Amino acid sequence: MILTITLIALLVTMAFALIRAIKGPTVYDRILASNALGTKTVLMIAVLGFVVGDPELYIDIAIMYVLIGFIGTVAVLKISEFGNLGQPQSHTEAEDP
Amino acid sequence: MSDLTDLLSMALLGIGTLFLLIGATGLLRLPDVFTRLHGASVTDTLGAGAILLGLALAAGWGLLMGKILALLLIMALLGPSTAHALARAATHGFRKPWLHEADEAEK
Repeated sequence: MILTITLIALLVTMAFALIRAIKGPTVYDRILASNALGTKTVLMIAVLGFVVGDPELYIDIAIMYVLIGFIGTVAVLKISEFGNLGQPQSHTEAEDP
Repeated sequence: MSDLTDLLSMALLGIGTLFLLIGATGLLRLPDVFTRLHGASVTDTLGAGAILLGLALAAGWGLLMGKILALLLIMALLGPSTAHALARAATHGFRKPWLHEADEAEK
């Protein structure tokens, strides 16, 4: 019963984050909304495992999802902040002289 | 599962659900990217922590509880670092924090 209520609240939260991702005026709002959406997806996978009665499998999927979501968010943030992923800028140094 | 553990798990799930809805309202209604980040971080740490603790109590002793606590530890480490990276990128992108007095003074 309480698991179903939590699942419905998670769906409402994901809908709010999706509205913010569509509406958001800056790119950082969209990154924040997609990151929040990923976190809620992890929680939803974990709760859904208890609802359908096979939590061992679903918890493993949730652990993999949170790690991949973190890597994706940080990669998008590095691109939006520095313009690259941190690789050495050898070609611009060659063009300088 | 004993009766007290069941009650505690349900209470933790209810607290987590409440904080999820509070964080979602903050993410939708607050005026600036930094304040929205503050609203979303509540959900990332307290809501997720309470829900995962409730699930760990519902799972009982065993490997599943260890996996859920590992997921809780990972989310407690990665959520604040993601929020910090996002705030740093937004500051570097010349997003000034929303201030009521500054808004009024500019008009």
